[in-house]
Amino acid sequence: MALEIITANRLGDGLVIFLTTDGWSARIDAAAVSETKDETAALLARAEADAGLVVGPYEITVERQADGSLHPVKYREALRTRGPSVRTDLGYQAA
Amino acid sequence: MYVYDELDRGLVNERVEEFRDQVNRRISGELTEEQFRPLRLMNGLYLQLHAYMLRVAVPYGVLSSTQMRKLARIARVYDRGYGHFTTRQNIQFNWPKLEETPDILAELAEVEMHAIQTSGNCIRNTTADQFAGAAADELEDPRIWCEIIRQWSTFHPEFTFLPRKFKIAVTGAVSDRAAIKVHDIGIVLVQGTDGEVGFEIWAGGGLGRTPMIAKKIRDFLPATDLLSYLEAMLRVYNRFGRRDNKYKARIKILVHEIGADAYRDAVEAEWADIRDGALALPEQEISRIREAFTPPAFEALETASTAFEARKFEDRGFARWVASNVRRHKVPGYAIANISLKPAGGIPGDATAEQMDAVADYADRWSFGELRVAHEQNLVLPHVRQEDLYDLWLALGSVELDAPNIGTLGDIIACPGMDYCSLATARSIPVAQQISERFADLERLHDIGSVSLNISGCINACGHHHVGNIGILGVDKKGEEFYQVTLGGQADENAAIGKIIGPGFASDAIVDAIETIIETYLSVRQDGETFIGTLNRLGQTPFKEALYGTA
Ligand code: SF4
Repeated sequence: MALEIITANRLGDGLVIFLTTDGWSARIDAAAVSETKDETAALLARAEADAGLVVGPYEITVERQADGSLHPVKYREALRTRGPSVRTDLGYQAA
Repeated sequence: MYVYDELDRGLVNERVEEFRDQVNRRISGELTEEQFRPLRLMNGLYLQLHAYMLRVAVPYGVLSSTQMRKLARIARVYDRGYGHFTTRQNIQFNWPKLEETPDILAELAEVEMHAIQTSGNCIRNTTADQFAGAAADELEDPRIWCEIIRQWSTFHPEFTFLPRKFKIAVTGAVSDRAAIKVHDIGIVLVQGTDGEVGFEIWAGGGLGRTPMIAKKIRDFLPATDLLSYLEAMLRVYNRFGRRDNKYKARIKILVHEIGADAYRDAVEAEWADIRDGALALPEQEISRIREAFTPPAFEALETASTAFEARKFEDRGFARWVASNVRRHKVPGYAIANISLKPAGGIPGDATAEQMDAVADYADRWSFGELRVAHEQNLVLPHVRQEDLYDLWLALGSVELDAPNIGTLGDIIACPGMDYCSLATARSIPVAQQISERFADLERLHDIGSVSLNISGCINACGHHHVGNIGILGVDKKGEEFYQVTLGGQADENAAIGKIIGPGFASDAIVDAIETIIETYLSVRQDGETFIGTLNRLGQTPFKEALYGTA
């Protein structure tokens, strides 16, 4: 199966976050990676238990790059990891 | 302009405190997202791709300088220094924090603004001609009637849960700048046989998945009957509109399924019962609202200012800006100044906090403190003395708001698309940026002349692509952004839905395709013929051949 991770938006400020092995991170590379359907289901269940902290968790497919970093397959999700393509001074890409 | 009465003020303040409590309960975990989501949407707070988005209503596109300064402050203090003016004459902030939203709403309430009914299946902000109260071709100021509709539709208990969202537009002028024929209800002010003002009523227009031009429901509705008739129209829709399928729930589907005649009959029957009831508008009430829109204290001026004419003669840049951005005012010596939010390569509709503050200052200095938002995502100073236009133009230049491109190919309408919007299938803004850059040369832009180009990032059509002379719809084709082109749309009094010209274009080919279309027009147009004129005369064939070759 393709690699999957869980993403959501943080309740307080709405920013994009990813489920890690022990919480949530704004960095996609910190995400907990699933390689099976069961693992994804388990991660999603953990994410949903955090409904008081995050909004709308769902799984996305990613590819691992040669340097070990994770890259979403869908353009929409890639945009979420960076910020608006038309305002590169905003969002995570600006940091 | 209209000033809130105690009732309005009380309602809006109550709503802010109620929302503050709801936000606190969501954060403390007392409310789940399922419970909270509809509550935040009722207060205009969406969750988009990167963050929350707050949509603030600008009632019928009218802003005072004080309100504009407040929007600038919100952009600066609570957001990332800018806001986005939308095709519904509203403004969106792209980065508000949930915890801070109640404070934003409280600040808005201080200047009689809110985000109520900017989401959900209710009657949304009524839109109007952005030249209301100033246009030379206006029968009467449509804002009077917009305000009456606003008061009736705000928190209307019967119409809070309609089958779908509901949009009303009003124009008081001969030229339709409010796109009334693509609204659920479109209202045109017309003169009755005795010279009195009444309304022509249209229904069932709309864009989105099934674009349709409205049908005329009534030639003349007396002024007193406006609300009872609207109520009857909404009731019939509320009763018969399809709730089984989101895509079929708009009034346009009802009107087109049963036909305009059957819809009219049902409305008239309903209306007969309520016509003389509580909704009949007493003359005093109309006068009270009319007074709120008393024109500002215009000076008695010559029709033409010699200083203004001289400036145009001396300064070509100024003359060009006047030709494209200035429109005729109903009062001699005055003019309507359009402020383009479309610099070449810029993001259509975006304005920085500094620009908002500057424009508020210009409004105070030169336009009686009044501003308007146009559905084309531009701003308007409605009442500028002709002799002040030169100073205004210089001032606008100092904050990069002097693009001389209103109504040209540079004046692109584009929805936020996938750069911000969670529903998008493709980006729209970069396409707009590339096209406006490609046509940045002003000689060429003005030679091409009047043409509307509208871009949407998905079938919801917030960028009104169906009614652009050239329309672009971004779709997802096997994971790639792909763009469909329609030609022949019009949003004015000759409203028409554009037709798809042929197979779509990849993102690296769409700008060339647009250029091909424009070059084709230039090569076949007759003297003085606009893009839409040429297209209507020759049909799609020459454009198709240029784009796809002769098969
Ligand atoms: S048209 Fe689609 S992509 Fe554009 S703003 Fe509307 S919903 Fe979003």
